[in-house]
Amino acid sequence: MRFIFLFLSATITVALCFVLDTKVVIPAPLGRLLSPQEGVWQNAESVHEDYSADLHFGNLQGKVDVYFDDRLVPHVFAEKENDAYFVQGFLHAKFRLWQMELQVLSASGRASEVVGEIALSHDREFRRLGMVYAAENSLKEMEKDDSIKSACDAYTSGVNAYISTLTKSDLPLEYKLLGYVPEKWNNLKTALFLKYMSFDLSGHENDFEMTNAKNYFTKADFDQLFPIFQDSLDPIIPKGTVFAYPKVIPVVPAFADSIYSNFLHQTTEAAEIVKPDPSNGSNNWAIASSKTRNGAPILCSDPHLGLNLPSLWYEMQISVPGYNAYGVSFPGSPNIIIGYNDSCSFGFTNGGRDVRDYYEVKFKDETKSEYWFDSSWVKTTRRVEKYKIAGKPDFFDTVAYTIFGPVMYDHSFGGKYSLGGKNYAVKWTAHESSNELRLFYLLNRAKNYADYLVATKNLKTPGQNCVFACKNGDIAMRTQGYFPAKWKGQGDFVMPGYDSAYLWQGMIPEDETPFEFNPFRAFVSSANQRPVDSTYPYYLGREYPLARGAFLNKSLATMQDVTVQNMMDLQLSTVDYFASMAVPVLLKNINQELLNSEEMIFYKKLQDWNYHDEANSIVPTLYYITWKSLTDTVFNDEYANAPKYTQRPFESTLLEAVLRDSSYKFIDNITTNKKESLQDVCIASFKYAASKCSKLQKDNLLLWGNYKDTKVSHLLRLPMFSKMHLFVSGGENAINAMKNDHGPSWRMVVSLTKNTEAYGIYPGGQSGNPGSKFYDNSILDWAAGKYYKLWLMTQSEKQDSRIKWQMHFSTI
Amino acid sequence: MKFFSSVLLMALLSFSACLFMPWWSIAIACFIVSLIIPQKRGWAFLSGFISLFMLWFSLCFWISKNNNHILAHKISLLILKVDHPIALILFTAFIGALVGGFASLTGSLMRKSSVAN
Repeated sequence: MRFIFLFLSATITVALCFVLDTKVVIPAPLGRLLSPQEGVWQNAESVHEDYSADLHFGNLQGKVDVYFDDRLVPHVFAEKENDAYFVQGFLHAKFRLWQMELQVLSASGRASEVVGEIALSHDREFRRLGMVYAAENSLKEMEKDDSIKSACDAYTSGVNAYISTLTKSDLPLEYKLLGYVPEKWNNLKTALFLKYMSFDLSGHENDFEMTNAKNYFTKADFDQLFPIFQDSLDPIIPKGTVFAYPKVIPVVPAFADSIYSNFLHQTTEAAEIVKPDPSNGSNNWAIASSKTRNGAPILCSDPHLGLNLPSLWYEMQISVPGYNAYGVSFPGSPNIIIGYNDSCSFGFTNGGRDVRDYYEVKFKDETKSEYWFDSSWVKTTRRVEKYKIAGKPDFFDTVAYTIFGPVMYDHSFGGKYSLGGKNYAVKWTAHESSNELRLFYLLNRAKNYADYLVATKNLKTPGQNCVFACKNGDIAMRTQGYFPAKWKGQGDFVMPGYDSAYLWQGMIPEDETPFEFNPFRAFVSSANQRPVDSTYPYYLGREYPLARGAFLNKSLATMQDVTVQNMMDLQLSTVDYFASMAVPVLLKNINQELLNSEEMIFYKKLQDWNYHDEANSIVPTLYYITWKSLTDTVFNDEYANAPKYTQRPFESTLLEAVLRDSSYKFIDNITTNKKESLQDVCIASFKYAASKCSKLQKDNLLLWGNYKDTKVSHLLRLPMFSKMHLFVSGGENAINAMKNDHGPSWRMVVSLTKNTEAYGIYPGGQSGNPGSKFYDNSILDWAAGKYYKLWLMTQSEKQDSRIKWQMHFSTI
Repeated sequence: MKFFSSVLLMALLSFSACLFMPWWSIAIACFIVSLIIPQKRGWAFLSGFISLFMLWFSLCFWISKNNNHILAHKISLLILKVDHPIALILFTAFIGALVGGFASLTGSLMRKSSVAN
């Protein structure tokens, strides 16, 4: 009898251990996950955690002292330059390891190794876009540069030094939840991370959607739907700037009119491309000392990106003999990316130019070994991609490389949609070798305008508007990058891949980069708008947002006696400049006699609106719904039979059209016999918005802050690790371009006084651990529009009361 | 007396084992203690159960309290779908207790007689 019980009891015990240690029976290994000495409890960091430590590593050349202030910002003092990068790598890993690795896994198309087959399509898309190929090309260039190579080597060994101290119980929470362990870091991963940023910031193309639009509409309609220039454009480099005669003059290929710019012919089925969020919202500007109260230049930078936890940014100071730099860094890369040093300050907004084009390629046969190019069969090179998939056998994929770049879409891979048997190669500036790290490396050390000029030359992809201000009074803006010199319309659509005439014929020479240096207007600014007016001799594509840039320039032009507080207020400005142009059109064209009493109340509110996208106002909600509905009413009938992925007009197109001409062709609904007027569509849209708003009011969702429902999401989209339902002001066309999940990822104001007075904040916290009190500690302050004073510490201040913890690194 | 020393020994041995070995070494710890210290079957189960319940409860409670329950709030939402740190601590302790109890019972059943001669 005892043996039966023994057998039963032993079986139960072993079974319990097995079930609780694996995902075979229950969805999570609850025993392992919850065991207090090994599982997630170990990530519940004490609120009195002592981060101080004495550490010894053989690969250090000298001593490094790290002082953490009360916000857990490390101030790194190294005797040797490369030791600072070692410690930067160590700290990035200590506080952000999981996100660093996840970003790289995603960039290199390896997410299926962790999450399984569900990510295979993403992985193939990234590999076929040539992300790894691009990173390998850049790594070669980076490693040719001795100083960058040694900085990367030191950074990598710092990351790995931390990884090798990890035990099972120290693993970041997400590794435990997903059940994998970190790999060693290497320089290729740094290059991959930088390519991930290139992907995120240089995906401004709609080639397939535009091709469908071209094929669907007539040329006259197309030109009205997608104008190249906007009337209300206020470019980064002011109108009237004289540009030199271009050194590169691209030639339009023969017969392009019938082969390429051929409108209204059969529709093609296009793939839906994985694209970064098209949202823009970044601002940067610098004000000359003549305009500031304290007589020192001020630089402001607020890059807008998708907002995530752990944050993309990690704030820190790097001090070595020779320079002191402070600002935000990218976990995954050495250097300070946006910030300031003893002499100057620097920041970026996205250039948003189209640097990625597609070519339709014809293969000889299914082996994809030859393609038709300039009247002969040309050999492809082939790259075999191997995918490891969690819980499944490996998957292999062959990608053909052409003169343009990888054939991203072919019969074996169409993304999510069918391509009708066509093959598309992608050409992207990010594929080419470049050494962007040198830009940051040099900016961290820059002392003057000349240093800034040398530094910015290293920026290829993503193209950025680089703002600069120096204590000697210099301010500058360069719309920098590696851009193809295109003939008008080149790359708007998918191009034929059999004719070398459609290749990029040259790049815009670096010395023809539009720039401003100490301009008469005493400020420089950029807000993702078109960099130049129509007199610039190169074609720069069609779509750029214009409202923020126009408002920013207008505000800066009138400001005098500027203080740091003024600049913070401007960064936080919720004035919706687009609405200030659009609402008068709406009001004028809505016949009040046709409104019922409830609609009339809404109308009055719209009339009294001060165009501020304030969280606690209902009018921004009313306006956004009305304008969206107006756009839909005007264009939906024309698009009713268009292919699914056909480009819609850009936001400003309708507004500029009706400002110019109230009988804009597309206002008429082509499905009715009646000829609709602007008044008809305005009232219909307003009535629709009013009824929608009264519904929202009943659900308590009408206030702009509730309607917009801003959040900062954890990278795994787990709501309990995210900060949801933030009640914040701002909107897409305000300087404070705060949207649902996209907004100011770092706000910085630097007054370049003798001792530098700087302020900044990002939505997140220094620790990437959801179990730390430093995980999301700055989000509420950020949401409330507060700034932290940034402290470029000197070594003599190590007794300062702000220092809470110290780490001392030395060689063994 | 045997009961209390068993409970204490199991807790001590489990804690030490988990410093070096995976979490399921608590089963080995309870098994060994019950193999050595004879108890009635029911008491054996209970000693393992209570020992691990108390050990894991106090460890988690101590960790979580020092953490102001920041993480327990989040993990309880993730696993139990309710925002309740103490529920998560009790749930954790129960898992340990279940394994401890059965391991201890198994150890006791390995002995010929449930009471020392």
